[in-house]
Amino acid sequence: MKLTNEILSILEKDSKLSYEEIAVMTGSDTETVEKIITELEEKKVIFGYKALVNWDKIENDKVTAYIELNVTPEQGLGFEKVAENIIKEYPQVKSVTLMSGGFDLLVEIDGNNMKEIALFVAEKISPLNCIVSTRTHFVLRKYKQDGVVLNDKNKDERRVISL
Amino acid sequence: MSRKFEPSEFLSPVAKNMPPSGIRKFFDIVNEMEDAISLGVGEPDFVTPWHIRSAGIDALKDGHTYYTSNWGLKELREEISKMNERKYGVKYNPSDEIFISVGGSEAVDGAIRALVASGDEVLVPEPCFVCYNPCVKLAGGIPVPIVTKMEDNFKLTAKALKEKITDKTKLLILSYPNNPTGAIMTLEDLREIADVLKDTNIMVISDEIYSELTYDNKHASISQFPEMRDRTIVINGFSKSYAMTGWRMGYAMGHKDIIAAMIKIHQYAIMSAPTISQYAALEAVKNGDEDIEMMKKEYNMRRRVLVDGLNRLGLKCFEPFGAFYVFPDISSTGLTSDEFCNQLLEKEKVAVIPGNAFGECGEGFVRISYAYSLNDIKKALKKIESFLKGLRG
Repeated sequence: MKLTNEILSILEKDSKLSYEEIAVMTGSDTETVEKIITELEEKKVIFGYKALVNWDKIENDKVTAYIELNVTPEQGLGFEKVAENIIKEYPQVKSVTLMSGGFDLLVEIDGNNMKEIALFVAEKISPLNCIVSTRTHFVLRKYKQDGVVLNDKNKDERRVISL
Repeated sequence: MSRKFEPSEFLSPVAKNMPPSGIRKFFDIVNEMEDAISLGVGEPDFVTPWHIRSAGIDALKDGHTYYTSNWGLKELREEISKMNERKYGVKYNPSDEIFISVGGSEAVDGAIRALVASGDEVLVPEPCFVCYNPCVKLAGGIPVPIVTKMEDNFKLTAKALKEKITDKTKLLILSYPNNPTGAIMTLEDLREIADVLKDTNIMVISDEIYSELTYDNKHASISQFPEMRDRTIVINGFSKSYAMTGWRMGYAMGHKDIIAAMIKIHQYAIMSAPTISQYAALEAVKNGDEDIEMMKKEYNMRRRVLVDGLNRLGLKCFEPFGAFYVFPDISSTGLTSDEFCNQLLEKEKVAVIPGNAFGECGEGFVRISYAYSLNDIKKALKKIESFLKGLRG
Protein backbone atom coordinates (compact mmCIF):
# COMPACT_ATOMS: atom_id res chain seq x y z
CA MET A 1 0.00 0.00 0.00
CA LYS A 2 2.78 2.38 0.98
CA LEU A 3 4.70 1.59 -2.20
CA THR A 4 1.54 2.04 -4.29
CA ASN A 5 0.95 5.48 -2.82
CA GLU A 6 4.58 6.40 -3.33
CA ILE A 7 4.40 5.35 -6.98
CA LEU A 8 1.19 7.33 -7.49
CA SER A 9 2.76 10.46 -5.92
CA ILE A 10 5.76 10.12 -8.19
CA LEU A 11 3.67 9.62 -11.34
CA GLU A 12 1.46 12.56 -10.45
CA LYS A 13 4.55 14.76 -10.60
CA ASP A 14 6.19 13.16 -13.63
CA SER A 15 4.43 10.48 -15.62
CA LYS A 16 7.26 10.13 -18.11
CA LEU A 17 9.43 8.21 -15.68
CA SER A 18 10.20 4.63 -16.66
CA TYR A 19 9.42 1.62 -14.47
CA GLU A 20 13.14 1.30 -13.88
CA GLU A 21 13.56 4.88 -12.75
CA ILE A 22 10.61 4.60 -10.40
CA ALA A 23 12.04 1.35 -9.03
CA VAL A 24 15.31 3.12 -8.15
CA MET A 25 13.50 6.06 -6.58
CA THR A 26 11.39 3.84 -4.35
CA GLY A 27 14.07 1.26 -3.53
CA SER A 28 11.97 -1.41 -5.21
CA ASP A 29 12.50 -3.47 -8.40
CA THR A 30 11.32 -2.93 -11.97
CA GLU A 31 9.06 -5.99 -12.08
CA THR A 32 7.12 -5.01 -8.95
CA VAL A 33 6.71 -1.42 -10.12
CA GLU A 34 5.45 -2.54 -13.54
CA LYS A 35 2.98 -4.93 -11.92
CA ILE A 36 1.60 -2.26 -9.57
CA ILE A 37 1.26 0.37 -12.29
CA THR A 38 -0.40 -2.02 -14.73
CA GLU A 39 -2.94 -2.99 -12.08
CA LEU A 40 -3.62 0.65 -11.21
CA GLU A 41 -4.22 1.37 -14.91
CA GLU A 42 -6.56 -1.60 -15.27
CA LYS A 43 -8.58 -0.56 -12.24
CA LYS A 44 -8.66 3.01 -13.60
CA VAL A 45 -7.07 4.35 -10.44
CA ILE A 46 -4.72 5.90 -12.99
CA PHE A 47 -7.21 6.99 -15.62
CA GLY A 48 -4.94 8.77 -18.06
CA TYR A 49 -1.62 10.39 -18.83
CA LYS A 50 -1.55 13.83 -20.41
CA ALA A 51 0.97 16.52 -21.17
CA LEU A 52 0.40 19.84 -19.38
CA VAL A 53 0.34 22.39 -22.18
CA ASN A 54 0.66 26.13 -21.73
CA TRP A 55 -1.21 27.27 -24.86
CA ASP A 56 -0.48 30.93 -24.07
CA LYS A 57 3.06 30.32 -25.27
CA ILE A 58 1.82 29.33 -28.74
CA GLU A 59 -1.62 30.85 -29.38
CA ASN A 60 -2.84 33.96 -27.69
CA ASP A 61 -6.53 33.52 -28.45
CA LYS A 62 -7.39 30.20 -26.91
CA VAL A 63 -9.66 30.72 -23.90
CA THR A 64 -10.65 28.60 -20.94
CA ALA A 65 -13.90 29.15 -19.06
CA TYR A 66 -15.40 27.78 -15.86
CA ILE A 67 -19.19 27.69 -15.91
CA GLU A 68 -21.24 27.38 -12.72
CA LEU A 69 -24.52 25.57 -13.32
CA ASN A 70 -27.54 25.59 -11.05
CA VAL A 71 -29.56 22.54 -11.87
CA THR A 72 -32.95 21.12 -11.08
CA PRO A 73 -32.21 17.43 -11.13
CA GLU A 74 -34.80 15.26 -12.85
CA GLN A 75 -37.17 13.34 -10.62
CA GLY A 76 -35.45 10.25 -9.28
CA LEU A 77 -32.37 10.76 -11.46
CA GLY A 78 -30.23 13.21 -9.53
CA PHE A 79 -27.32 15.11 -10.97
CA GLU A 80 -25.80 12.03 -12.62
CA LYS A 81 -28.10 12.27 -15.62
CA VAL A 82 -27.41 15.96 -16.14
CA ALA A 83 -23.67 15.39 -16.00
CA GLU A 84 -23.94 12.40 -18.34
CA ASN A 85 -25.92 14.39 -20.89
CA ILE A 86 -23.46 17.26 -20.91
CA ILE A 87 -20.57 14.86 -21.32
CA LYS A 88 -22.32 12.91 -24.09
CA GLU A 89 -23.55 15.89 -26.09
CA TYR A 90 -20.57 18.19 -25.75
CA PRO A 91 -17.18 16.42 -25.99
CA GLN A 92 -15.47 19.83 -26.07
CA VAL A 93 -16.24 20.13 -22.36
CA LYS A 94 -13.00 19.35 -20.48
CA SER A 95 -14.38 18.58 -17.04
CA VAL A 96 -17.69 18.22 -15.22
CA THR A 97 -17.71 18.26 -11.43
CA LEU A 98 -20.47 18.12 -8.81
CA MET A 99 -19.77 20.78 -6.19
CA SER A 100 -20.89 21.73 -2.73
CA GLY A 101 -21.82 25.35 -2.04
CA GLY A 102 -23.67 27.99 -4.06
CA PHE A 103 -24.06 26.02 -7.27
CA ASP A 104 -24.33 22.43 -8.42
CA LEU A 105 -22.09 21.60 -11.36
CA LEU A 106 -18.81 23.15 -12.47
CA VAL A 107 -18.01 22.80 -16.15
CA GLU A 108 -14.63 23.57 -17.68
CA ILE A 109 -14.41 24.28 -21.37
CA ASP A 110 -11.86 25.53 -23.91
CA GLY A 111 -12.81 27.66 -26.89
CA ASN A 112 -11.23 29.69 -29.64
CA ASN A 113 -12.44 32.95 -28.12
CA MET A 114 -14.77 34.37 -25.47
CA LYS A 115 -17.68 34.92 -27.87
CA GLU A 116 -17.63 31.30 -28.93
CA ILE A 117 -17.84 30.09 -25.35
CA ALA A 118 -20.51 32.66 -24.39
CA LEU A 119 -22.63 31.57 -27.34
CA PHE A 120 -22.11 27.91 -26.49
CA VAL A 121 -23.45 28.55 -22.98
CA ALA A 122 -26.36 30.66 -24.22
CA GLU A 123 -27.40 28.37 -27.08
CA LYS A 124 -26.49 24.89 -25.90
CA ILE A 125 -26.33 24.78 -22.10
CA SER A 126 -28.85 27.30 -20.82
CA PRO A 127 -31.79 25.94 -22.83
CA LEU A 128 -31.41 22.45 -21.34
CA ASN A 129 -34.51 21.58 -19.32
CA CYS A 130 -32.76 21.03 -16.05
CA ILE A 131 -30.61 24.16 -16.10
CA VAL A 132 -31.94 26.87 -13.75
CA SER A 133 -29.10 29.36 -14.19
CA THR A 134 -25.50 29.66 -15.41
CA ARG A 135 -22.56 31.88 -14.51
CA THR A 136 -19.51 31.95 -16.77
CA HIS A 137 -16.02 32.92 -15.65
CA PHE A 138 -13.17 33.35 -18.12
CA VAL A 139 -9.62 32.48 -17.20
CA LEU A 140 -7.40 35.54 -17.65
CA ARG A 141 -4.07 34.17 -16.52
CA LYS A 142 -2.84 30.90 -15.08
CA TYR A 143 -0.15 31.03 -12.40
CA LYS A 144 -0.09 27.44 -11.25
CA GLN A 145 -1.82 24.36 -12.63
CA ASP A 146 -1.82 20.72 -11.56
CA GLY A 147 0.97 21.42 -9.10
CA VAL A 148 3.22 23.11 -11.63
CA VAL A 149 4.14 26.79 -11.47
CA LEU A 150 4.00 28.30 -14.93
CA ASN A 151 6.84 30.78 -15.61
CA ASP A 152 8.76 29.89 -12.50
CA LYS A 153 11.39 32.56 -12.01
CA ASN A 154 12.77 31.17 -8.76
CA LYS A 155 16.53 31.46 -8.64
CA ASP A 156 18.69 29.34 -6.35
CA GLU A 157 19.94 31.83 -3.79
CA ARG A 158 22.39 29.51 -2.08
CA ARG A 159 26.16 29.98 -2.22
CA VAL A 160 27.35 27.73 -5.04
CA ILE A 161 29.68 25.84 -2.75
CA SER A 162 29.45 25.40 0.99
CA LEU A 163 31.57 22.92 2.82
CA MET B 1 61.84 58.13 7.36
CA SER B 2 59.08 55.94 8.91
CA ARG B 3 58.72 52.29 7.90
CA LYS B 4 55.72 51.30 5.72
CA PHE B 5 52.94 49.82 7.88
CA GLU B 6 52.43 46.13 7.11
CA PRO B 7 49.27 44.89 8.86
CA SER B 8 49.99 41.25 8.15
CA GLU B 9 53.06 41.45 10.37
CA PHE B 10 50.81 41.96 13.35
CA LEU B 11 48.83 38.76 12.91
CA SER B 12 49.17 36.08 15.56
CA PRO B 13 51.18 33.07 14.34
CA VAL B 14 48.15 30.79 14.66
CA ALA B 15 45.95 33.07 12.59
CA LYS B 16 48.69 33.71 10.05
CA ASN B 17 49.59 30.08 9.58
CA MET B 18 46.04 28.82 9.27
CA PRO B 19 45.69 27.68 5.65
CA PRO B 20 42.85 29.31 3.72
CA SER B 21 40.11 27.07 2.35
CA GLY B 22 41.69 24.77 -0.21
CA ILE B 23 38.97 25.28 -2.76
CA ARG B 24 38.68 29.06 -2.74
CA LYS B 25 39.86 29.32 -6.35
CA PHE B 26 37.48 26.56 -7.44
CA PHE B 27 34.63 28.33 -5.65
CA ASP B 28 35.41 31.58 -7.50
CA ILE B 29 35.34 29.86 -10.89
CA VAL B 30 32.00 28.14 -10.20
CA ASN B 31 30.55 31.39 -8.92
CA GLU B 32 31.39 33.22 -12.13
CA MET B 33 30.20 30.45 -14.42
CA GLU B 34 26.73 30.94 -15.82
CA ASP B 35 24.50 27.86 -16.00
CA ALA B 36 26.83 25.75 -13.94
CA ILE B 37 25.13 22.93 -12.07
CA SER B 38 26.82 23.12 -8.72
CA LEU B 39 26.46 19.96 -6.68
CA GLY B 40 28.75 21.46 -4.09
CA VAL B 41 26.35 22.92 -1.57
CA GLY B 42 26.18 21.84 2.02
CA GLU B 43 22.73 23.19 2.79
CA PRO B 44 19.17 22.03 2.02
CA ASP B 45 17.45 23.26 -1.14
CA PHE B 46 14.21 23.56 0.84
CA VAL B 47 13.25 26.93 2.23
CA THR B 48 12.43 26.97 5.96
CA PRO B 49 8.84 25.68 6.34
CA TRP B 50 6.34 28.51 6.46
CA HIS B 51 5.01 27.92 9.99
CA ILE B 52 8.57 28.28 11.30
CA ARG B 53 9.21 31.45 9.30
CA SER B 54 5.87 32.75 10.50
CA ALA B 55 6.90 32.21 14.12
CA GLY B 56 10.04 34.23 13.43
CA ILE B 57 7.96 37.00 11.84
CA ASP B 58 5.57 37.01 14.81
CA ALA B 59 8.52 37.31 17.18
CA LEU B 60 9.66 40.39 15.25
CA LYS B 61 6.15 41.86 15.26
CA ASP B 62 5.91 41.23 19.00
CA GLY B 63 9.11 43.16 19.53
CA HIS B 64 11.35 40.28 20.76
CA THR B 65 14.48 42.13 19.81
CA TYR B 66 16.42 41.97 23.06
CA TYR B 67 19.04 39.53 24.30
CA THR B 68 17.81 36.26 25.71
CA SER B 69 19.52 34.52 28.61
CA ASN B 70 23.07 33.43 27.69
CA TRP B 71 21.72 29.88 27.81
CA GLY B 72 18.97 30.63 25.31
CA LEU B 73 15.18 30.71 25.76
CA LYS B 74 14.17 28.43 28.62
CA GLU B 75 11.21 27.03 26.70
CA LEU B 76 13.42 26.17 23.75
CA ARG B 77 15.85 24.26 25.95
CA GLU B 78 12.96 22.44 27.59
CA GLU B 79 11.53 21.37 24.25
CA ILE B 80 14.95 20.22 23.02
CA SER B 81 15.39 18.21 26.21
CA LYS B 82 11.98 16.57 25.73
CA MET B 83 12.68 15.84 22.07
CA ASN B 84 16.07 14.29 22.76
CA GLU B 85 14.64 12.07 25.46
CA ARG B 86 11.75 11.04 23.22
CA LYS B 87 13.94 10.25 20.23
CA TYR B 88 17.11 8.86 21.82
CA GLY B 89 16.24 8.10 25.41
CA VAL B 90 18.96 10.39 26.80
CA LYS B 91 17.89 13.00 29.32
CA TYR B 92 19.65 16.37 29.60
CA ASN B 93 18.56 18.92 32.19
CA PRO B 94 17.41 22.03 30.32
CA SER B 95 18.58 24.35 33.09
CA ASP B 96 22.25 23.45 33.12
CA GLU B 97 23.02 20.75 30.56
CA ILE B 98 21.78 22.41 27.37
CA PHE B 99 22.53 25.78 25.78
CA ILE B 100 21.57 27.39 22.50
CA SER B 101 24.44 28.38 20.21
CA VAL B 102 24.92 30.27 16.96
CA GLY B 103 24.66 27.21 14.77
CA GLY B 104 26.24 23.88 15.51
CA SER B 105 29.52 25.49 14.38
CA GLU B 106 29.78 27.76 17.45
CA ALA B 107 29.03 24.82 19.74
CA VAL B 108 31.75 22.67 18.14
CA ASP B 109 34.29 25.48 18.45
CA GLY B 110 33.18 26.21 22.02
CA ALA B 111 33.42 22.59 23.06
CA ILE B 112 36.92 22.34 21.62
CA ARG B 113 37.99 25.53 23.37
CA ALA B 114 36.50 24.33 26.66
CA LEU B 115 38.35 21.01 26.53
CA VAL B 116 41.59 21.42 24.63
CA ALA B 117 44.71 22.67 26.36
CA SER B 118 47.93 23.54 24.58
CA GLY B 119 49.58 20.38 23.27
CA ASP B 120 46.50 18.14 23.71
CA GLU B 121 45.97 15.68 20.89
CA VAL B 122 42.55 15.57 19.29
CA LEU B 123 41.56 12.54 17.23
CA VAL B 124 39.70 13.49 14.05
CA PRO B 125 38.42 10.70 11.80
CA GLU B 126 38.80 11.81 8.20
CA PRO B 127 37.43 12.60 5.66
CA CYS B 128 35.66 15.18 7.80
CA PHE B 129 34.02 18.57 7.96
CA VAL B 130 36.67 21.23 7.28
CA CYS B 131 36.22 23.17 10.51
CA TYR B 132 37.46 20.65 13.07
CA ASN B 133 41.18 20.88 12.38
CA PRO B 134 41.40 24.69 12.29
CA CYS B 135 39.33 24.97 15.50
CA VAL B 136 41.61 22.48 17.26
CA LYS B 137 44.71 24.40 16.15
CA LEU B 138 43.21 27.71 17.24
CA ALA B 139 42.69 26.22 20.67
CA GLY B 140 46.34 25.19 20.79
CA GLY B 141 45.65 21.51 20.23
CA ILE B 142 47.19 19.02 17.80
CA PRO B 143 44.75 17.41 15.35
CA VAL B 144 45.53 13.72 14.77
CA PRO B 145 43.75 12.35 11.70
CA ILE B 146 42.34 8.82 11.70
CA VAL B 147 41.81 7.39 8.25
CA THR B 148 38.36 5.90 7.58
CA LYS B 149 37.99 3.69 4.51
CA MET B 150 35.38 2.97 1.88
CA GLU B 151 35.62 -0.76 2.60
CA ASP B 152 34.45 0.01 6.15
CA ASN B 153 31.72 2.30 4.78
CA PHE B 154 33.79 5.17 6.17
CA LYS B 155 32.95 4.18 9.74
CA LEU B 156 35.49 4.73 12.49
CA THR B 157 36.78 1.30 13.48
CA ALA B 158 37.96 0.34 16.97
CA LYS B 159 41.24 -0.83 15.47
CA ALA B 160 41.98 2.48 13.73
CA LEU B 161 41.04 4.35 16.89
CA LYS B 162 43.28 2.29 19.17
CA GLU B 163 46.29 2.82 16.89
CA LYS B 164 46.15 6.58 17.31
CA ILE B 165 45.60 6.89 21.04
CA THR B 166 48.59 8.23 22.93
CA ASP B 167 48.98 9.58 26.44
CA LYS B 168 48.41 13.07 25.02
CA THR B 169 45.00 12.23 23.55
CA LYS B 170 42.34 14.41 25.11
CA LEU B 171 39.44 14.34 22.71
CA LEU B 172 37.77 12.39 19.90
CA ILE B 173 35.55 14.25 17.45
CA LEU B 174 32.86 11.96 16.07
CA SER B 175 30.67 13.19 13.30
CA TYR B 176 27.95 10.85 12.12
CA PRO B 177 25.95 11.06 9.91
CA ASN B 178 29.03 12.34 8.18
CA ASN B 179 29.90 15.25 5.95
CA PRO B 180 31.37 14.54 3.31
CA THR B 181 30.86 10.77 3.13
CA GLY B 182 27.22 10.36 4.17
CA ALA B 183 28.35 7.48 6.42
CA ILE B 184 26.47 6.53 9.57
CA MET B 185 27.41 4.47 12.61
CA THR B 186 24.91 2.13 14.22
CA LEU B 187 24.61 1.58 17.94
CA GLU B 188 26.64 -1.62 17.54
CA ASP B 189 29.41 0.27 15.73
CA LEU B 190 29.44 2.91 18.46
CA ARG B 191 29.50 0.20 21.14
CA GLU B 192 32.92 -0.88 19.85
CA ILE B 193 34.18 2.69 20.04
CA ALA B 194 32.76 3.13 23.54
CA ASP B 195 34.52 -0.09 24.59
CA VAL B 196 37.87 1.35 23.51
CA LEU B 197 37.25 4.67 25.21
CA LYS B 198 35.85 3.44 28.50
CA ASP B 199 39.29 2.66 29.94
CA THR B 200 40.74 6.01 28.89
CA ASN B 201 40.32 9.63 29.90
CA ILE B 202 39.32 10.66 26.42
CA MET B 203 36.34 12.97 25.98
CA VAL B 204 34.07 12.91 22.93
CA ILE B 205 32.49 15.66 20.90
CA SER B 206 29.68 14.11 18.87
CA ASP B 207 28.63 16.41 16.04
CA GLU B 208 25.17 15.08 15.18
CA ILE B 209 23.91 17.93 13.03
CA TYR B 210 22.62 15.45 10.41
CA SER B 211 20.91 13.21 12.97
CA GLU B 212 17.47 13.60 11.44
CA LEU B 213 18.65 12.68 7.96
CA THR B 214 19.16 8.93 8.18
CA TYR B 215 17.57 6.65 5.64
CA ASP B 216 17.72 3.11 6.89
CA ASN B 217 18.26 2.80 10.59
CA LYS B 218 17.35 5.35 13.19
CA HIS B 219 20.24 7.63 14.17
CA ALA B 220 22.38 6.39 17.06
CA SER B 221 24.39 8.55 19.43
CA ILE B 222 27.33 7.47 21.56
CA SER B 223 25.68 9.43 24.39
CA GLN B 224 23.09 6.64 24.56
CA PHE B 225 25.61 4.50 26.44
CA PRO B 226 25.35 5.42 30.14
CA GLU B 227 29.13 5.22 30.66
CA MET B 228 29.65 7.64 27.73
CA ARG B 229 26.91 10.11 28.54
CA ASP B 230 28.91 12.31 30.89
CA ARG B 231 32.00 12.43 28.73
CA THR B 232 30.25 13.23 25.48
CA ILE B 233 29.22 16.65 24.33
CA VAL B 234 26.44 16.25 21.81
CA ILE B 235 26.20 19.00 19.25
CA ASN B 236 23.09 19.37 17.14
CA GLY B 237 21.03 22.12 15.56
CA PHE B 238 18.31 23.23 13.25
CA SER B 239 20.18 23.96 10.01
CA LYS B 240 19.92 20.65 8.24
CA SER B 241 16.87 19.05 9.83
CA TYR B 242 14.53 22.02 9.46
CA ALA B 243 16.27 23.84 6.57
CA MET B 244 17.24 26.71 8.86
CA THR B 245 20.87 27.24 7.85
CA GLY B 246 20.63 31.04 7.68
CA TRP B 247 18.92 31.34 11.08
CA ARG B 248 22.11 30.15 12.83
CA MET B 249 20.56 27.88 15.43
CA GLY B 250 22.38 25.10 17.20
CA TYR B 251 22.77 23.61 20.67
CA ALA B 252 25.12 21.66 22.87
CA MET B 253 24.14 19.04 25.42
CA GLY B 254 26.45 17.51 28.00
CA HIS B 255 27.49 17.21 31.62
CA LYS B 256 26.79 20.41 33.52
CA ASP B 257 30.46 21.05 34.35
CA ILE B 258 31.43 21.01 30.68
CA ILE B 259 28.43 23.05 29.60
CA ALA B 260 29.22 25.57 32.37
CA ALA B 261 32.69 26.04 30.86
CA MET B 262 31.23 26.35 27.37
CA ILE B 263 28.73 28.92 28.62
CA LYS B 264 31.57 31.07 29.94
CA ILE B 265 33.15 31.20 26.50
CA HIS B 266 29.77 31.68 24.81
CA GLN B 267 28.69 34.53 27.07
CA TYR B 268 31.89 36.51 26.52
CA ALA B 269 32.26 35.89 22.81
CA ILE B 270 28.60 35.79 21.72
CA MET B 271 26.32 36.96 24.61
CA SER B 272 23.32 35.00 23.32
CA ALA B 273 22.14 33.38 20.11
CA PRO B 274 19.80 35.44 17.86
CA THR B 275 16.48 35.93 19.63
CA ILE B 276 14.20 35.85 16.59
CA SER B 277 15.84 32.62 15.44
CA GLN B 278 15.21 31.08 18.84
CA TYR B 279 11.48 31.76 18.62
CA ALA B 280 11.42 30.24 15.16
CA ALA B 281 13.41 27.25 16.40
CA LEU B 282 10.89 26.79 19.22
CA GLU B 283 8.11 26.44 16.65
CA ALA B 284 10.29 24.02 14.69
CA VAL B 285 11.00 21.70 17.59
CA LYS B 286 7.36 21.73 18.74
CA ASN B 287 5.65 21.26 15.38
CA GLY B 288 8.26 20.42 12.79
CA ASP B 289 8.29 16.59 12.81
CA GLU B 290 6.21 16.33 9.64
CA ASP B 291 8.47 18.75 7.81
CA ILE B 292 11.47 16.57 8.59
CA GLU B 293 9.66 13.49 7.31
CA MET B 294 8.69 15.21 4.08
CA MET B 295 12.22 16.45 3.38
CA LYS B 296 13.75 13.11 4.33
CA LYS B 297 11.48 11.28 1.87
CA GLU B 298 12.52 13.59 -0.91
CA TYR B 299 16.25 13.33 -0.06
CA ASN B 300 15.95 9.55 0.10
CA MET B 301 14.57 9.36 -3.43
CA ARG B 302 17.36 11.55 -4.73
CA ARG B 303 19.95 9.55 -2.83
CA ARG B 304 18.86 6.33 -4.49
CA VAL B 305 18.85 7.90 -7.95
CA LEU B 306 22.33 9.39 -7.48
CA VAL B 307 23.95 6.26 -6.02
CA ASP B 308 22.38 4.06 -8.70
CA GLY B 309 23.38 6.52 -11.43
CA LEU B 310 27.01 6.81 -10.28
CA ASN B 311 27.45 3.06 -9.92
CA ARG B 312 26.11 2.56 -13.43
CA LEU B 313 28.66 5.06 -14.73
CA GLY B 314 31.42 2.97 -13.20
CA LEU B 315 32.17 5.39 -10.36
CA LYS B 316 32.17 3.04 -7.38
CA CYS B 317 29.90 4.55 -4.79
CA PHE B 318 29.25 2.99 -1.40
CA GLU B 319 25.66 3.48 -0.33
CA PRO B 320 25.50 6.30 2.21
CA PHE B 321 22.65 6.20 4.73
CA GLY B 322 22.90 9.68 6.19
CA ALA B 323 23.20 13.42 5.49
CA PHE B 324 22.82 14.46 1.83
CA TYR B 325 26.15 13.61 0.28
CA VAL B 326 27.58 10.78 -1.78
CA PHE B 327 31.32 10.14 -1.91
CA PRO B 328 32.14 8.17 -5.05
CA ASP B 329 35.57 6.81 -5.86
CA ILE B 330 36.82 8.48 -9.03
CA SER B 331 40.26 6.87 -9.10
CA SER B 332 39.23 4.57 -11.96
CA THR B 333 39.43 7.60 -14.25
CA GLY B 334 43.17 7.91 -13.57
CA LEU B 335 42.65 11.53 -12.56
CA THR B 336 43.33 13.11 -9.17
CA SER B 337 40.35 14.58 -7.32
CA ASP B 338 41.42 18.11 -8.26
CA GLU B 339 41.89 17.18 -11.92
CA PHE B 340 38.53 15.42 -12.04
CA CYS B 341 36.69 18.39 -10.55
CA ASN B 342 38.46 21.03 -12.63
CA GLN B 343 37.96 19.14 -15.87
CA LEU B 344 34.34 18.23 -15.14
CA LEU B 345 33.64 21.89 -14.44
CA GLU B 346 35.45 23.07 -17.54
CA LYS B 347 33.98 20.52 -19.96
CA GLU B 348 30.46 20.00 -18.61
CA LYS B 349 29.91 22.90 -16.19
CA VAL B 350 29.14 20.57 -13.30
CA ALA B 351 30.76 21.36 -9.96
CA VAL B 352 31.54 18.69 -7.41
CA ILE B 353 33.98 18.99 -4.52
CA PRO B 354 37.36 17.21 -4.52
CA GLY B 355 37.52 14.74 -1.64
CA ASN B 356 40.93 15.95 -0.51
CA ALA B 357 39.29 19.18 0.72
CA PHE B 358 38.08 17.02 3.61
CA GLY B 359 41.36 15.35 4.50
CA GLU B 360 44.28 13.67 2.75
CA CYS B 361 42.53 10.32 2.64
CA GLY B 362 39.75 11.96 0.61
CA GLU B 363 42.11 11.98 -2.38
CA GLY B 364 40.63 9.86 -5.15
CA PHE B 365 37.07 10.73 -4.15
CA VAL B 366 34.65 13.57 -4.79
CA ARG B 367 31.73 14.84 -2.71
CA ILE B 368 28.44 15.23 -4.53
CA SER B 369 25.52 16.80 -2.74
CA TYR B 370 21.92 15.78 -3.42
CA ALA B 371 20.33 18.87 -1.92
CA TYR B 372 19.05 19.58 -5.43
CA SER B 373 15.92 18.78 -7.41
CA LEU B 374 15.67 15.36 -9.00
CA ASN B 375 15.79 17.01 -12.42
CA ASP B 376 19.06 18.78 -11.67
CA ILE B 377 20.53 15.54 -10.36
CA LYS B 378 19.49 13.65 -13.50
CA LYS B 379 20.88 16.42 -15.71
CA ALA B 380 24.15 16.32 -13.80
CA LEU B 381 24.39 12.53 -14.15
CA LYS B 382 23.99 12.83 -17.93
CA LYS B 383 26.76 15.42 -18.02
CA ILE B 384 29.03 13.29 -15.87
CA GLU B 385 28.35 10.39 -18.23
CA SER B 386 29.30 12.56 -21.17
CA PHE B 387 32.46 13.67 -19.37
CA LEU B 388 33.49 10.09 -18.62
CA LYS B 389 32.89 9.05 -22.23
CA GLY B 390 35.12 11.93 -23.29
CA LEU B 391 37.88 10.67 -21.01
CA ARG B 392 37.75 7.15 -22.38
CA GLY B 393 37.84 8.87 -25.78
